[in-house]
Amino acid sequence: MSFKRNILDLRKRKKEAQQGGGEAAIEKQVAMGKKTARERIKAILDENSFHEYDLFVEHTGRDFNMENKVLHGDGVIIGTGTMYNQPVAIYAQDFTVAGGSLGLMHARKITKIMDHALKMRVPLIGINDSGGARIQEGVNSLAGYGEIFYRNTNASGVIPQISVILGPCAGGAVYSPALTDFVFVVENISKMFITGPGVIKTVLGEEITMEELGGAMVHSEITGNAHFFAKSEDECFEQIKKLITFIPWNNSEKALKFPVQEPLLKKSIEEIVPSDPHHPYDIRDIIKAVTDGSDFFEIMEYFARNIVIGFGRIQGNTIGFVANQPMYLAGVLDCDSSDKAARFIRYCDAFNIPIVTLEDMPGYLPGVDQEHAGVIRHGAKLLYAYSEATVPKVTVIIRKAYGGGYIAMNSRHLGADFVFAWPTAEIAVMGPEGAANIVFKKEIDEAENPAEMRKQKIQEYKDKFANPFVAASKGYIDEVIEPSETRARLIHSLEVSGSKVDTRPSKKHGIPPF
Amino acid sequence: MKDNDSNYQVFVVNSAKYLTLTTKKFDNRKKWQRLDPNEIRSFIPGSIVDVFAKPGQSLKAGEVILVLDAMKMYTRVTMPHDGVIKTIEVAKGDRIPKNTLMATIE
Repeated sequence: MSFKRNILDLRKRKKEAQQGGGEAAIEKQVAMGKKTARERIKAILDENSFHEYDLFVEHTGRDFNMENKVLHGDGVIIGTGTMYNQPVAIYAQDFTVAGGSLGLMHARKITKIMDHALKMRVPLIGINDSGGARIQEGVNSLAGYGEIFYRNTNASGVIPQISVILGPCAGGAVYSPALTDFVFVVENISKMFITGPGVIKTVLGEEITMEELGGAMVHSEITGNAHFFAKSEDECFEQIKKLITFIPWNNSEKALKFPVQEPLLKKSIEEIVPSDPHHPYDIRDIIKAVTDGSDFFEIMEYFARNIVIGFGRIQGNTIGFVANQPMYLAGVLDCDSSDKAARFIRYCDAFNIPIVTLEDMPGYLPGVDQEHAGVIRHGAKLLYAYSEATVPKVTVIIRKAYGGGYIAMNSRHLGADFVFAWPTAEIAVMGPEGAANIVFKKEIDEAENPAEMRKQKIQEYKDKFANPFVAASKGYIDEVIEPSETRARLIHSLEVSGSKVDTRPSKKHGIPPF
Repeated sequence: MKDNDSNYQVFVVNSAKYLTLTTKKFDNRKKWQRLDPNEIRSFIPGSIVDVFAKPGQSLKAGEVILVLDAMKMYTRVTMPHDGVIKTIEVAKGDRIPKNTLMATIE
């Protein structure tokens, strides 16, 4: 029967194409501690849910002897599948095929699956493992990158876009992940940079290893390009699977509701915070004291640690948390922390995730390096993001809320729906030490014992202003609450905000300071 | 343009040389240096509240070397890894700028 012959022929062709770069290349991939592109897709998606497209696509290179080369699937695998039985689109660059280099057809495959994802309103997961542009294809490979970036931008804020860096991602290629919502990196495997160590050495004489220049920890801790750091590919896949439970499938849906769980408190919430306002504590303990099952999924754990961002659930619903972290740099706002929080707030706003802000912040970090690094411009991003967000916004002031930082951390004045303060809150234009020096300058200067007078005036200012009641008397704070009421207050205020409608003037788009 | 000719510098981008002007920010850029894990430096300006470790003392990762008061907060400066304190470069009450060497480990 000729029909059977056709089927056998198809199977043979499929088998050959699915081998990618062949056994030797796969062995090399495994020797580098990496999984193959197909294994990665399988590990992320539900079992047996992957459906591949464009397996038989061939490259179109006709120069430099490329016309005689066969590159299976042109170095990238695309398809759709499910995660928790919900549809997702995925692509994975195959390093075993010509180093995963990007030529015209390789890019066409990626843009095809991106178009699908956007049209079908499903999340897009991109696995990057590529040596970069396929030089032999010249300007065609540049066209390919450009078409990917264009789609990343169009899809931004419509569907979740997740980038997984599991190999090199260098040169222009880095800009696709940079345009997406979440970037995952793995120690010793991920390498991201615009120009490599070799070029940097010849041009600038700076000697640096690839890991030090653009390794996983560098992007997690220093550049802020990566959102999740893992020690192995398997750990990375678990992180992706966890993240996806917190986010909605597109911008017109809400995240899946989970069964309600009470927090697993080891001690009462007020015991977490030291009574001396000069002593640090881990703000994540406060978050865990109010979230369902004390589960908190932190994003950008290592970058700008003075602010904490991430997802948790309250009454089964996903909440985006933004919280100053007194444990690092006293919880100050600075360039990096403003930038980190601002982008996260915009993510939550785009995807209908309410924002809970926990505030304990002494002000902006002073210093020449901050001023010259543009703390005005970066700090403004935070104001912009909070003001612009129309999702439910609730703030709890734990201790310090001074000066410009008080305004920036989702104050009533930027449109917070509910603002609560603990009785330990200190809401004032500046800290007592600084304020006393200015307000009581004359008294201090003219006193017989200026040091003693200064101390006295600091205390006076503290008693009068470093508390939540001045702000509460103006209605800037809705209620001063006992720490133990925090979860109940959050639950109720989020429930009340469930159908919140808030509009902004019609515009093409704003012009945020970036 | 002509008047400026003498100010042009050779600038290499992707193996090609270009004549161009540089910016002040570029000229003043700091050369990257590998961090020495045995040097404990201040990451924020502040004053030393207390010093707990002494030279010669052997400490485990996470143990407190000293406490730095910065931005109204007492921040514990801890050992990045197990080791022996070689020197303590600051004393109680010192006011220090950012990136000051506070202690060395061996």
